Order: sequence, then structure tokens, then C-alpha cells
Amino acid sequence: MANRFWNEYQKTIADDHYFYERSCIRQTFFPGSETAFLRMLREELNKDIFDDFRQHTCTGIGYHTDLVPLETTMTVVARLFSLMTEHGYENYVPSCVTSFGVFTEMVHMWQEHPELLDKTRENLYKACKREFNIPKNIAHPSDVIYHFRFELAEKMKYRLVNRFTGKPLKVVEHIGCHYAKIFPDKGVGKAEFPYVLAGMIEAWGGEVVDYPERRHCCGFGFRQYLVQENRGYSVSNTKKKLESMEPYEPDFIVSNCPGCSMFLDRWQYTIAEMEHKTYDREGYGIPVLTYEEMAGLLLGYNPWELGLQIHQVQSERLLDKIGISYDPKEKYKAADGRILRAPEKPENLLV
Amino acid sequence: MRKVAIIGAGPAGIEAASILARNGIQVSLFEKSETPLKNLQDKAFLFPNFQAAQEIVDDLSGKLLADGITSVFGVEITDVRWQGTEWKLTDIKGQTYVTDSVLIATGYQVFDAHRKEELGYGIYKGVITSLDMEQMIKHGKITNANGDEPKRVTFLQCVGSRDEKSGNHYCSKICCVTAVKQAIEVRKQLPKCDSSVFYMDLRMWGQGFEEMYRTAQEKYGVSFVRGRISEAAATFDGRVQLKSEDTLMGLPLKMTTDLLVLMVGMEPSCGTKLLGKSCDVNGDYGFIKTVNPHLYDNETSRPGLFAAGTCKRPMSISDSINDARSAALAIQEYLDSLKNEN
Repeated sequence: MANRFWNEYQKTIADDHYFYERSCIRQTFFPGSETAFLRMLREELNKDIFDDFRQHTCTGIGYHTDLVPLETTMTVVARLFSLMTEHGYENYVPSCVTSFGVFTEMVHMWQEHPELLDKTRENLYKACKREFNIPKNIAHPSDVIYHFRFELAEKMKYRLVNRFTGKPLKVVEHIGCHYAKIFPDKGVGKAEFPYVLAGMIEAWGGEVVDYPERRHCCGFGFRQYLVQENRGYSVSNTKKKLESMEPYEPDFIVSNCPGCSMFLDRWQYTIAEMEHKTYDREGYGIPVLTYEEMAGLLLGYNPWELGLQIHQVQSERLLDKIGISYDPKEKYKAADGRILRAPEKPENLLV
Repeated sequence: MRKVAIIGAGPAGIEAASILARNGIQVSLFEKSETPLKNLQDKAFLFPNFQAAQEIVDDLSGKLLADGITSVFGVEITDVRWQGTEWKLTDIKGQTYVTDSVLIATGYQVFDAHRKEELGYGIYKGVITSLDMEQMIKHGKITNANGDEPKRVTFLQCVGSRDEKSGNHYCSKICCVTAVKQAIEVRKQLPKCDSSVFYMDLRMWGQGFEEMYRTAQEKYGVSFVRGRISEAAATFDGRVQLKSEDTLMGLPLKMTTDLLVLMVGMEPSCGTKLLGKSCDVNGDYGFIKTVNPHLYDNETSRPGLFAAGTCKRPMSISDSINDARSAALAIQEYLDSLKNEN
């Protein structure tokens, strides 16, 4: 029934020729996700996507915590757009949801207040003698994957189906606030029933879990975590979500935001340590994937190259359910072939 | 004999037709539905005296039988134009009718609650509208999503009214008292069921309304919470979780209910919007604009074209009927003036 609304709100997503902007934090939290996205675009979909080594922060976290002034953010965003312009691209694809929100917001402000755009052009030129065009299309990579979800489905080796029961996997999807809550019309499905991840899950055989705290904050909420004294509040928000989804027994959580994926995953360890509580039946926790990891797994990419071993909640049980083969010995194998020391096991969250 | 065309066979249209016919005017009453009084027939009891709506339906339907009224059902008038000496009406099939004067009484339609998607109407079975509740009350069977007797029923005011997001800034006027009426009915039919109303402010403007609000609290134990519900979601056991703020307590509030009743407001009907545009008398939000809300509230800027009832703005059934009587008088005076000119 909810699909009726989800499908009503679509947005324009460019078909090809993308300029990719990497995230500050995603390469640390989910080191294989961005590489997997580029691989999917280039190898599976034969699309043109440019990855510039000179890119830098969008100031997102600093901007939203009032550490970076608006004028500075506008100029930094303008420099990133100037890289896109220099390479002849018009379709901007920022990896991070907060970056997506920042770019969308800056462009909106420039449209509403042209004098700010003039000032930004002046500031950028004074700072580094660069010029820029505003992108014709800004889409989050989750938009792009959503856009090509059926094409990708044709190439997938696995589906979101429990091979032991034959039933669809139950998937909790969580959308980053900065994806659609700032500008609802910029998100597929808008803010109340975002469809960007739900569309992928349904197209790939899974079942979306609609639970009461579906729209609630993941727990990051910027100041809830970044201000150290507030971190208890951060954990309690994540706990509220996990408690709400627990009765539905989800097989995994997928998110399109670095902060959400991080906190929904890491706080499961914290809550297990604090309260000896996990939110699955067996005590292993609920795995949290990025959408690139979800797509990559179904395409048959190596789970360890995708970086699943970096997560707090380990994913072998999920891989077994889908039927994905993996080599446990390679779990901590470095790129140069060395076998790294396995991390210490937590006391209360089973691994 | 002078002729008047009335578009819309609701309370206003029928009442005006009845008065005009009694005064010797030939009335053609057009209604796009196959039956008259469609909105009124959906209701169980009317505030503030809990009179059965069917009694009003029967009374008004009887008036349709009067000499001088020609009722045309199942015909939608899509265009109304002044032809220099008379008005020409065109229906959806292209058939035309001529008349000396026209009364627009095309009424309202309820706000489509699907548009407030955060409230989950059409998604969660436990979320219903005030129209759905009226039907349950009418049939004496108030049930939750599973068909069982609910333990808690929660009403939410101002759904699609006084709401910037839906584009309707105006008050729909009747929802406050309707929620009080329905909350009392729930307690009458299900004495063990909790009944509460979330409101911004309760506008008890009519005679007997304030007393009814007081009775709801004192006699029937209905609780009233000042706050808007920001989100509804289904729980694992099929109930509805609500999030709000109790603005009197200054505290966020989360509760679970068996039924969430959305008090949907009034919007101009499609016919009202269509004719308003066709005749160039459309006002705010698509309601029909009259010349002066104090002195000439049935006259439009087009001589011979009049409006009555909820096509002008939200109003109660009794106000619609009174407004129709006023419109009939204005039309009579207009027709008399034509007679004098001739």
C-alpha cells in the first residue's frame, strides 16, 4: 500500500557522465563501498564516471555544527564544482548524504539569492583563480543505483532471499536525514516514505520492514554525538530504533548515509556492553550494510574486498542465508597478501 | 414565468429550489450524482442535538417533490455563460439549457487524507477518516483494523485545514464539533473504550457546542490533548503508534491507539472549482467569491449569478440551509428587478 506514495515521487537522475565526489568518512568506515560503486557503474553498467584525486571536504560536518561559516562552505563547494566544470561534466554525484544535502542547499540558496552566487564566484576566483558552473543534475549514488536497479538485477548472482526458507529477507532501510528531509522533492519518494532503498530491496527480492520508528534518527544527529556530553542521547536514540525493529526480526539493515550506517552498527556493540542486550535472537546483532555493499554482495563481489569485516556486527550469518560463498581465511587478508591479526572479540556481541 | 437553474442538490440547492418554487418560479435543479444529498447521507447524527441525519434527508427530499421543481440527476454542468439576455448552461455531454438566473450550490468535498502521508491513511488499516467513523457510528459497529472492539480511539483535528503543508490555511469550521460528537458516540457505543481528541484549539462557535464539549469531558470522560500529531506508524500488533507534543504540558508524547480518526476538512468540490473558473468568480482556494461577505454574500460579480452553501466556504448544514434561504430572497429580488425593467 505504501508503494502507492513511494512511487508517486520521483526525481530526475542523469543517465550517464557523472562526476564523483568522495566522502571524508566513508572510506574509513566502509572502505570498499565507494570502489564498489565505481566498479558497478563502469563494469556492470558501462557508464562514464570521473573520480578526481584533487577533491576535498564539502565542510558538511563543520557546516552543520556551526564551525564553518556559510560563506566558506559556499566557496569550498564552488571549488568542487569547478573541478567538475574543468573536466567537462554536468552531473554531480556526491558519495555522502550530508554532502548531497550541502550541495543541494547551496545551489538552492544561489538560486534564491543570486547575489550570494556572485559573491561566491568572486571569493573562489580570489582564493584560487577558478571558475565553475552549477551542475545540471545532482544525484546521490543511492539515486543512481536506484535508477539502474533493474539493470543491475539482471547481472546479480544472488537475490535477497533466504536460501534455507525460500522467503524474502526482511530488510530495514534507513535514509539519512540530509537526503530528503531538507529538500523532500530532491529525494526519491520524498521524506515520509522514501523509496530509494526500498526500491532496491524490492527489485532484488527482499521485503521492506515498516516498523514504528522507521523515520526516527539513527542516533548520530551530529550534536548528539559530536558534543561528547550528548553521547548518551545518541546511544538512546539508536536503542529506540533497534527496540522498535526487533519484533520484526530483520535480517539486516541498509542505509544510504555514512553516519547512520556507522551508528546503527557500532552502537549495537555499545548497547551489548552496557546492557548485555542484542537485537537478534542469537546474540550476533543485526548486520548493517551500505547500499553499495548490498548491491556488491548480490553481484557476487568478494565480501572481504567490500570491507564487511570492518563492520562491528559481522555478516557471515547473512552471507550464509543468501548463499554467498566466502573464504573465512581471507577475512583479514591485506591487499598486499599479508594475513593481518584478527581483532579482539567483544564480550557480549557474538562474532 | 421566470426560470432559475440551481446547480447542486445538497441542502443549500434543495432549500433554495423549494423556496423559489413556492414563490412561483420555475426551477431546474441539476445534480451530477444519481441521488441528491450525497454528503448528508454519509452522516449518522448531527451536532449539537444528535438528531439523526436521515430525518434531515427525508425532510429535504420531500421538498424536491414540490410543484415547479424539475430535478435532473446524473448530469454535470460544466460551463455557465451569460448570453446577453439569458444564462446558458452546458452539461458534460454538450446539451444546453437557458435560464434567467443561476444559483451555484455545488458544495464541498472532504480533504483527501492520503495527502498527509505522515499520518498513514491508506497505508495503515488503523488510520481512518471522520467519514469512515461516521459510517461506523451509523451502523453501530465501531471496530479496529482486525475487526475487534477497540480499546482506544484517538481523533486528530485540522487534517487538511489550518495547514500550510497541504495549502489550506483556512479553518473548516465543523471538524472541532464533529470530533466532540464522534468522541461522545464512541463512548456511548463502547463505554470501556478510551476516547481522546488532539486539537490546536477547539472552536466551539455555535449554540450548544460549548456545552457539548463540556458534556464530552464531564459525562463521557473524553480527554482532550492540545497538540498536533506529527507521525503515525503501525506497530507490530497492528495498532497505531502516534507521536505528538502535549503543548500544555510542554512534553513530547508517544502513545498507541487502536484507531486514529483523521478529522478531514472541507475543500471546494470539483464542480465548485470548475464553475468558479468558468464564470470567473473563483475566490481563495477555489471557493466561489461573493461580492461582499457582510452585505451581499449570495451575489457574485456577475449579475444573475448567485452562490449558496459550502461552495463559498466551510459551513454547517444549518448554516447552509439558512444561506440558501437568503440566496432565494436575493434571486427573487433580482428576478423582480428584471420584471420592472421589462
